[in-house]
Amino acid sequence: MTAILALQLTLIVPLCGALLIALCGRWPNLREAVTLSTAGLLFYLVIQVFGAVERGGDEAAALYVELWQILPGLHIALHSEPLSILFALVASGLWIVTSVYSIGYMRANQEKRQTQFYVCFAVAIFGAMGVAFAANLLTLFLFYEILTLSTYPLVAHKGDDKARAGARTYLGILLATSIGLFLPAMMWTYFVAGTLDFRPGGILDGNIGGIGATILLLMFMFGIGKAALIPVHRWLPAAMVAPTPVSALLHAVAVVKAGVFTIAKVVIYIFGLDFLVDVPHEVVAVYIAGFTIVVASILALRQTNIKRMLAYSTVSQLSYIVLAVLVLTPLSEIGAIVHIVAHAVAKITLFFAAGAIYIASKKTEINQLDGIGFRMPITMGAFAIAALSMIGVPPTGGFVSKWYMIAGAFQIDSYFVLIVLTLSTGLNAAYFLPIIFRAYFRKESVAPPKPHGEAPLPMVGAICVTALLTLLVFFLNGPLVAFEMAVLGVPR
Amino acid sequence: MLSHLPILQVIVPLLAAPACLLLDRARAAWLFACMASLVSVVISGLLVFQVHQFGVLSYSLGGWDAPWGIEYRIDLLSAYVLLIVSGIGALMILAANTAIRIEIPPERQPLFYVLYLLCLAGLLGIVATGDIFNVFVFLEISSLATYALIAQGQDRRALWAAYQYLIVGTIGATFILIGIGFLYSLTGTLNMQDLSNRLPQLENSATAFTAFAFLMVGVCLKLALFPLHLWLPNAYAYAPSIVTAFLAATATKVAVYLLIRFHFSVFGVGFAASVLPLHSIFLALGLAGVFVASLVAIQQPNVKRLFAYSSVAQIGYMIIGIGIGSATGLQATLLHLFNHALMKGALFLALAAVVFRFGSADIRHFAGLGQRMPWTMAVIVIGGLSLIGVPGTVGFISKWYLVLAAFERDWWPLIIAVLLGSLLAVIYIWRLVEVAYFWKGEDEVCREAPLSLLIPTAILALANIYFGIDTRLPVYLSDSAAQMLFGVSP
Amino acid sequence: MLPELYNYWVVIVLMMIGFYIVIVQGNLIKKLIGLNIFQTSVFIFYISVGKVADGSAPILAEGVDVYSNPLPHVLILTAIVVGIATMALALALVIRIKNAYGTVEEEELQERDLQC
Repeated sequence: MTAILALQLTLIVPLCGALLIALCGRWPNLREAVTLSTAGLLFYLVIQVFGAVERGGDEAAALYVELWQILPGLHIALHSEPLSILFALVASGLWIVTSVYSIGYMRANQEKRQTQFYVCFAVAIFGAMGVAFAANLLTLFLFYEILTLSTYPLVAHKGDDKARAGARTYLGILLATSIGLFLPAMMWTYFVAGTLDFRPGGILDGNIGGIGATILLLMFMFGIGKAALIPVHRWLPAAMVAPTPVSALLHAVAVVKAGVFTIAKVVIYIFGLDFLVDVPHEVVAVYIAGFTIVVASILALRQTNIKRMLAYSTVSQLSYIVLAVLVLTPLSEIGAIVHIVAHAVAKITLFFAAGAIYIASKKTEINQLDGIGFRMPITMGAFAIAALSMIGVPPTGGFVSKWYMIAGAFQIDSYFVLIVLTLSTGLNAAYFLPIIFRAYFRKESVAPPKPHGEAPLPMVGAICVTALLTLLVFFLNGPLVAFEMAVLGVPR
Repeated sequence: MLSHLPILQVIVPLLAAPACLLLDRARAAWLFACMASLVSVVISGLLVFQVHQFGVLSYSLGGWDAPWGIEYRIDLLSAYVLLIVSGIGALMILAANTAIRIEIPPERQPLFYVLYLLCLAGLLGIVATGDIFNVFVFLEISSLATYALIAQGQDRRALWAAYQYLIVGTIGATFILIGIGFLYSLTGTLNMQDLSNRLPQLENSATAFTAFAFLMVGVCLKLALFPLHLWLPNAYAYAPSIVTAFLAATATKVAVYLLIRFHFSVFGVGFAASVLPLHSIFLALGLAGVFVASLVAIQQPNVKRLFAYSSVAQIGYMIIGIGIGSATGLQATLLHLFNHALMKGALFLALAAVVFRFGSADIRHFAGLGQRMPWTMAVIVIGGLSLIGVPGTVGFISKWYLVLAAFERDWWPLIIAVLLGSLLAVIYIWRLVEVAYFWKGEDEVCREAPLSLLIPTAILALANIYFGIDTRLPVYLSDSAAQMLFGVSP
Repeated sequence: MLPELYNYWVVIVLMMIGFYIVIVQGNLIKKLIGLNIFQTSVFIFYISVGKVADGSAPILAEGVDVYSNPLPHVLILTAIVVGIATMALALALVIRIKNAYGTVEEEELQERDLQC
């Protein structure tokens, strides 16, 4: 199979998968088989594309498909480069794991409307693949909106008042920011630059004045609401009403990473690092990201619900990526890219663990977790690994990315960034370590009504896989970094 | 046969109307009306093809040649508008059979189709003819049919709305008649082609100016340009839903066509600019229309009224396009003619489905509608996104061209104003979405609308997406038409 | 100025009278009468425009070579027909309004709408 065909199939396969899942709705086993095989096939396809990008040369350069021309100069087109393939790999790879996990979760919890759940999930992955492989801003925007709309039913899945209220915030903020800021910013870009293509070195250099560029950058940052900068972050905690697999894949990986991925794309391929360095007030954006990191960490510290705490932790971690992207040094860009992966695998582990705890013991609050490490040793072990990655302790992925970020900050001697990173590391430790402490060093205050052990096997398996991946990011960081250097125009 | 297409376009629905009267059973009348309107779609398709192939078609009615006889003249612009009107007309009538079932008593249903076909014939006639007095006649045919159609609404306020529209519409038509009279006494011809040849020599004539002013005001009354829009919300809100859908998607479009025809073809682009700052007036009124109507729309409790005000706002966008005064601006207007017909057609048809189930389109019926009538609500969401101008829908295309036209002139405040206007649309669409998806409905059980209503609605909704992605046809037609209008009279 | 353009003055006066009645009168029937006067003024305008000085009626006859222009007259025949149709429709509407509301006064109509 040629890579170019594989690239197109990455969009077609999840869509066909969604259709088949809908058709197989009456036979749950068949339906789940379809989900799993679609996920597997998609991952295989992404690997194929990855292979071509990896081999480099003409084959990688030719990975461009123009699907449709909307208007002259406005295309729907796909393209694969190292940054996008990384996001696609993460999203599609973790989809397999999450599918296994959700089968355990949904069945154990006897959720209603499971077919709708799996269909929307597949469509959301379709959206994520489109975001990953978009060759220009317009294509990216289209798939970004598909991702928003397809995840709305997932957030509102429970159908009660609380779910509806959460879904309302979710949809309202994401749509309003994208239509109110992202879309005008995109049009502005087109009118000054004459194109929306992602090009190495950016397209805005010389086409827009300094103040204009600053305003445009801020419009993008807040317009891309999925990146959850304060004050447009509120959708993320609100979305925690969704079933845990949704929170895990979408709100730790696909949706939020689509947000920071888009910001990275915009900064690297629309503005261009060299141009942005000269923009006068670019540092305002850095301050906003730093502010978000610290404030979200403090908010996370005050949460009592596990999933809400994880959500605020996500808000803060996303801003790490935005911050690192905006530091604009090669090392910090690498840090940002590695953190997309490192945070994805670690945060999905945390969510999986939270879901497993809920399924096994119906516990949702942090102060209920006393002694749970003895009942669910594997789950809590994985939780501990992931939490260490969040803090940035070796040997986990979080250490690698933080290392590059700090190195990048030293390159420009930005004390602000260094202080933010140090402070937030402390805060991360302050809200994760007590949980681990509770789980292992406190006795259960009241015995649970029903003694329980680990969650169902598919869930535990999924947790182990993602925890292992968290460790792998640390050990395999060399190839990963070398591969991603291409984003910065460094030849391998 | 093919050479007679320009007149067949008008005569088929015109003759089908009285024939429909002879069929006293509603179903038979419906089938017959469907056939007639499908035939007119085919004809308009062929006309577009012919104009594309051979250039402007001129047809002398009754064999009397142009300056004496009535000429039917189909150029790209008229072919384009004919296609919009007949296409929407046919789709609406497919849905009409079901939609009017609860709104119009059975014994009056055959008469409904008669009126509908008459209205369609009038609208098509306005576009097809090349004679300005003929324009007046067809305008009155369509208007009279429209008044009667609006009066069919269930609510007694429909009568009152129809009466008000009749008064305003007749004044507008009489203004147009006065303008035509001045033009005739000045030039001695009624043929648009002749007029456009003779008027440039009379640029400084006060009579020509007076005629122009009367024509413009008359047409602006018909197209409900802010602040002459007051008849529209009531008329749209109380008319039977299918009539609202049909009128919203076609009648105002034809009025805009007339404005463009008078302004660009008959008088020429230069004329207006030489005597008064018409373009600035259009820009100001268009913008005021967008903002005032959108703000009013946000507060409406009746969804039909809400979208009626939204129509006034959208007409504002079309007028802004003309006011920019460049070929791109005009193209934006022409594109919006097509695109707005698609989105409002879809939205009002979806509302017809809601009215079919609940008896009215009050916003309280929308509570929980997302679960009860998922497909209808999906259409409303698509139409709403299109109104806002989200990429992937037709609304984006017209807004894109509008912004492009403003950008060519470097009018940044206008760009910002247009984008702010879209945000107002976000608010009123969001209000609807919020009620439909996030409020709990009362416990009355309610099913999805019947397929006969749902299929035409879905076709329009899909067209909203399809033409938002495959833009070749409307962009080609509007581009050529705009070039032609600016090329003929630079 | 006045003498040779008196037909225009007649038209303008009639038109304004008609327009005024449409705006001011609250009675639906009287409004229609105003509308009718308004339209009639335009008819007179057309007919007087067709007059050619010293022209006779446009009928071929020996010894006559100046005719009035018949075209405006023909046009206005059409317009009169349209006007009659409009008026008939309007009156029919008024009858139905009377049946539905029990009044043809604008203010009372609005009151009754507000009540329900």
